[in-house]
Amino acid sequence: MSGQRHRGRARLRPCRKGPQDDGALASEVSRPHSMHVRFSIHEMVLRSCLAVLLLCTLGYSQTKNSCLDCHSALPDPLGVSQETFSHDIHAQQGLTCASCHGGDPTNDDADKAMSRKAGWKGKIDRAQIPQLCGSCHSDAAFMRQYNPSLRTDQLSQYKTSVHGKRLAAGDSKVAVCTDCHSVHDLRAPSDPASTVNPVNVANTCAHCHADAGYMSAYKIPTNQFSEYSKSVHHDALAVRGDLSAPTCTTCHGNHGAAPPGVDKVQNVCSNCHTFQAQMYEKSSHKKAFDAASLPGCVVCHGNHGISHPTDAKLGVGPDTVCMRCHTPGDACDQARAGLLSSLSQLDKAIKNADQVLAVAESSGMEVSEARLGQDQARDSLTKARVTIHSFRTDLVNQDIQAGLKVADKNLQAGQQAMVERNHRRLGLAVSLIAIGLVLIGLRLYIKQIES
Amino acid sequence: MSPLRNAQKWLDERLEWDDLIAPLRKKTVPKHHLSYWYFLGGITLFLFVIQVLTGILLLLYYRPGANEAFESVQYIMTQVQFGWLIRSIHSWSANLMIFTAFAHMFSVLFLKAYRKPRELTWVSGVILLFLVMGFGFSGYLLPWNTLAFFATKVGTEITGQVPVIGKPMMIFLRGGEEVTGATLTRFFGFHVAVLPGLATLLILIHLLLVQRQGISVPPKLEVEWSRNPAAKREMKFFPNFALRELMAWYVALGVLGALAAIFPWNLGVKADPFVPAPAGIKPEWYFLFMFQTLKLIPPKVWFIDGEVLGVLAFGWIGLVWLLLPFFESDDPAHPKPWITGFAVIALAYVAGMSVYGHLAK
Repeated sequence: MSGQRHRGRARLRPCRKGPQDDGALASEVSRPHSMHVRFSIHEMVLRSCLAVLLLCTLGYSQTKNSCLDCHSALPDPLGVSQETFSHDIHAQQGLTCASCHGGDPTNDDADKAMSRKAGWKGKIDRAQIPQLCGSCHSDAAFMRQYNPSLRTDQLSQYKTSVHGKRLAAGDSKVAVCTDCHSVHDLRAPSDPASTVNPVNVANTCAHCHADAGYMSAYKIPTNQFSEYSKSVHHDALAVRGDLSAPTCTTCHGNHGAAPPGVDKVQNVCSNCHTFQAQMYEKSSHKKAFDAASLPGCVVCHGNHGISHPTDAKLGVGPDTVCMRCHTPGDACDQARAGLLSSLSQLDKAIKNADQVLAVAESSGMEVSEARLGQDQARDSLTKARVTIHSFRTDLVNQDIQAGLKVADKNLQAGQQAMVERNHRRLGLAVSLIAIGLVLIGLRLYIKQIES
Repeated sequence: MSPLRNAQKWLDERLEWDDLIAPLRKKTVPKHHLSYWYFLGGITLFLFVIQVLTGILLLLYYRPGANEAFESVQYIMTQVQFGWLIRSIHSWSANLMIFTAFAHMFSVLFLKAYRKPRELTWVSGVILLFLVMGFGFSGYLLPWNTLAFFATKVGTEITGQVPVIGKPMMIFLRGGEEVTGATLTRFFGFHVAVLPGLATLLILIHLLLVQRQGISVPPKLEVEWSRNPAAKREMKFFPNFALRELMAWYVALGVLGALAAIFPWNLGVKADPFVPAPAGIKPEWYFLFMFQTLKLIPPKVWFIDGEVLGVLAFGWIGLVWLLLPFFESDDPAHPKPWITGFAVIALAYVAGMSVYGHLAK
């Protein structure tokens, strides 16, 4: 089985399995001409023969794949259509069924093609899949010829994952490479149809993790996907199409998938929410949460079902966060109320200015500069919301005051535009009355001269 | 003697003023139930004068150039005293002028006022309409906003479809391969120097021809009046018709003021050549019928490129339109009915396609 896989690989990198000098030979052949390697006549003839032999073998193997002749007609789970396999990135790179399953695809006789003598391995045992995939994907020199930027630590990472550890312990229910990446139509992650494309990752994980029956033995929740589907992260990724938005693997890792752990949550979130993390790091809450072994960000924001954070979170209602720990009326509660009031004040000021500017604009007034200025006020509000993570009212108020100043200036610009609009309309009315009087006068004059 | 009489006498002694305005005193205008259509030419002239005056005022602040044009118009709209009014009147007046020019042309066509001996008046008028559309096309780019930029890009691209001379013409109009600041400077030159010069000359010729030949009467009425001269009704051009025209001008001024005050002309967003064209970009309404037609023509008609075919067809129709009076009968009793039919179809086509183009996505 293993030998046959190597045979498949040997077609692609014929020198790798050869003697040491052959390996050196291959690396020399791949060097650019500018390196001026000197070859003897004997060496050149030998290399030419090898190259011709290699090309013939490659050409034949690409045109002949007897596996699909039968398997394309078989029902699932043995069926693999030519069309399905053509989407597989391995097939596109020239690998065949035999590269993984062994056997002799050039032989039309099924018994001979699938004989142990020909290295046929049959169905790959689940427990062997990571090793099989890793035999190529952990080989940096081999993978470089296909994609030099592709990482080759997937197998070693997998071994550190919960999946990998359980597999090693004999649990064959855990995810192996093919469970996430699919098999026979395995596509590059950048392909929108790939099971590991960022948009599809959550669905792929949910295939097992949302299945209460399948997961029952592990005694872990199975509501992660339903929670995530309601989250702000899912909204950004799946609805707004922001491929940089987080999915399961962003926080848990992919090949090395594992829960971040209580003390590491903040490190995970800070990968994207840098400023919030910096503020939190210096805050009084950091010490308090650490002392109580509370998982940082998750305490207030939750994990899988992180909702869009609104200012109302600072309130005192049932969905709010501060009063879960703080006592009503204490110094922190007062600070919370102050922060909420400041944020609401700026938010209201921006909306007021927006409203007046919109009316002025719809009246044809030129208020584009003030409109642009509103973005500056909104930036201040966003900054204040970030600064909340410092839990310092003085810092938050600095941003609030800066925003209020800009919003007020824009409001004045809008109000001034409305005053100007009214002046214009008054001027128009006076002009129209004057024009009307002239028209009446002219009409009377014409009547007089024509009578 | 009143000061007015004194001034008149002073002028008469130096310019022989009385002789100069004598033809106007003698000039008469036919009086019938369709006489109101005669006001359209005068209103178009009035709007042209408004264009010249507001255009000169805009020139005091406008700066042609990709880095300055938008900002200068923004400055006119927000900082210059009554700048918003001048710019809005200029833009609205431009649109109204094109509308009244079209209306004037179709009224002349339906009243058959283009007949012998007024063929040259028609030809000068049609050329003036083309010039007015040229004013619209060149002026539209001057604020250098997104819509104007892409509309000019599309418009000049269509020019490029004309066989043989199309490409050089497009490069000439754009001042290069692409629409850039060079195009803006060029269009500014056309808009404030070349086109006004040509238009003023043609307007003078047009007015002189109207003055020399008098105002036409619809053929049916002409035949009726020639059979029965007693039925002929006329009014003096000055002051009777002129005062009525003045009333029409005042109405036009009121409409213009109302439009400018209630719907000031939008400035839009500054053009950025590096962003993609906004979806559903369309030219100004007076080019819509041509634009929509070109959109509807299949990419290939037989072996000819659809757009080239469209451009050539419009070119030929324009030429036939220009020479229409030369196909008309000299006998007012037997005018050619196909010309009226052609005019009806043309009007229905232009109106229908414009509405379709406006509604189409």
